[in-house]
Amino acid sequence: MHPPRFDYVAPRDLGEALDRLAELGDEAKVLAGGQSLIPLLKLRFAAPALLVDVNRVPGLDTLGEQDGWLRVGALVRHRSAEQAALLRERYPTMAAAAPQVSDPLVRNLGTICGSLAHADPSGDWGAVMIALGAQLVASSRDGERSIAARDFFAGPFETALRPDELLVEAQVPAPATRRSGGAYLKLERKVGDFATAAVAVHLAFSNGHIGTAGIGLTAVGPTNLAATEAEAVLTDAEPSDELFREAAELAARAAQPSDDQRGPAAYKRNVVRVFTERGLRAAAAMAQGAEVHEA
Amino acid sequence: MKVTVTVNDSEHSAEVEPRLLLVHFLRETLSLTGTHIGCDTSHCGACTVLVDGVPVKSCTYLAVQADGRSIETVEGLLDGGQLSPIQAAFKQEHGLQCGFCTPGMMLAAKALLATNPDPSDEEIRWALSGNICRCTGYMNIVRAVQAAAKAAAESQPQEVPA
Repeated sequence: MHPPRFDYVAPRDLGEALDRLAELGDEAKVLAGGQSLIPLLKLRFAAPALLVDVNRVPGLDTLGEQDGWLRVGALVRHRSAEQAALLRERYPTMAAAAPQVSDPLVRNLGTICGSLAHADPSGDWGAVMIALGAQLVASSRDGERSIAARDFFAGPFETALRPDELLVEAQVPAPATRRSGGAYLKLERKVGDFATAAVAVHLAFSNGHIGTAGIGLTAVGPTNLAATEAEAVLTDAEPSDELFREAAELAARAAQPSDDQRGPAAYKRNVVRVFTERGLRAAAAMAQGAEVHEA
Repeated sequence: MKVTVTVNDSEHSAEVEPRLLLVHFLRETLSLTGTHIGCDTSHCGACTVLVDGVPVKSCTYLAVQADGRSIETVEGLLDGGQLSPIQAAFKQEHGLQCGFCTPGMMLAAKALLATNPDPSDEEIRWALSGNICRCTGYMNIVRAVQAAAKAAAESQPQEVPA
C-alpha cells in the first residue's frame, strides 16, 4: 500500500516548522514517530498536502525534571520512557505504561506527544497524562499555550490543538515531598494490541491520607476519560479497602464503553472496576512504602 | 527529492517521491529483496531493518526520513561471504520454517544482542514481540538467539584475572 502523494519538509529548527504549519493550516501534518500517521496515510484515511518532519528539529527530545515539572519533549520515544530510570523512580504510572504501548519496534520510533496529538481513544498516554494532571504545551508562531490534559481531548482523533500548533512538550507535575504511587493496568488480547480497556492511577499521600488522586481511562469512550467522581471521593480521604471499592465502582460508572470485536461493553466496564481497585491498592502500597522524595 | 542513504556500509543516492516507503526503496530501488513485506499494516515485523542500529518497521518509515542515516538489512548480516553468528545459529537451531519472518527476526535479535549480550528467555521473547512468525516456530527462534549469544560469548577473549 502506498500513501497518497504529499510534499515533505524536514526543518532544522522549530521556527521553520511552525512557519510551515502556519502557512498550510490543516493541509499540513506533523511527522514525528509516524507510527500512527504512516499507517493512516497508507490506508488513505489522511491525505495532507505537506508532511512537516520534526525529527531533525533540535531540542525536542528533553526528558527530565525542571522547576517542579517533568518535561517530555515532542521527540521522546516510548522506548526512551521505557528505559528511563527517572520514570521508574519517580513516575511509576508512566514507567508502567511505557512498555505496554504497542510492540518494541513501534516503541523505537513512536513518541509520547505524537500519541497524545493523534488522540486515539485507545491510546495509552492520554489516560496516563490525565491521571498525572499533566499540562500539554502547544506552540505556534503566535507563542505558546498550556492545555490541561483533561481538557485536551475533544473527540476520537480530535484535540484542542489548532492546525497551526505543534505539541512541543508534555509537562507532568513532579512529585513533591509527598509520598506517591501509581499504576497502569491494561488488558490486551495479545502483546502489542490496542487496549480492550486500561486504567491509569496516580495517588499522592500527605500526612497519612490521600492528598491528590488521578484516574484516567483508556478505550472505554470517545476519548481517554478522567474518572472525576472517583477522584473526588479519594481526595483528602483515609485509604481503605472500602474506599477503593467505592472509587472503583465510580470509575466503572464513568466509563462509556461500546461493544466491539474486543469485547462487550458490560465486560469492559467490569474490567475498569477491577483494574481501578487493583491499581489503587498497588499505588497506595507503593506510596506508603516509598521513601519520601525531596524534589 | 534526493536521498542519500548508507545501506550495509555502501552509500546510495536516488531521486525518490516523498511518499516512497523505506521497504520499497530497499526492494525496488536498490533490489535488496531480503527485506520482506508481510502484513504491510505495521503489525508483523517481517520488514524490520536497522536504522542507525535501531530496529524499525520499514513499511512504516519513509525513505526520505532515512536521508543521511545508516541502514542494515539482512543482506548486510553476511560476514565476508560467511554466515554471521546469528544466521549460523538460526540454521543450527532450525529457527525458521518457511523463512518469511526470518530476516526481521534476525535483525531484531541482532539489535537485542548489541545491547544485551546475555539475554534471558523472557528478554528474548519481549524483544522479539513485534515480530510475528506465522509458522509459530517461536521455541526454536528463541533457542537460536540463545545459541547466537552463547557463540558470541565463547568467541570473546577470556578475561585475564588481575
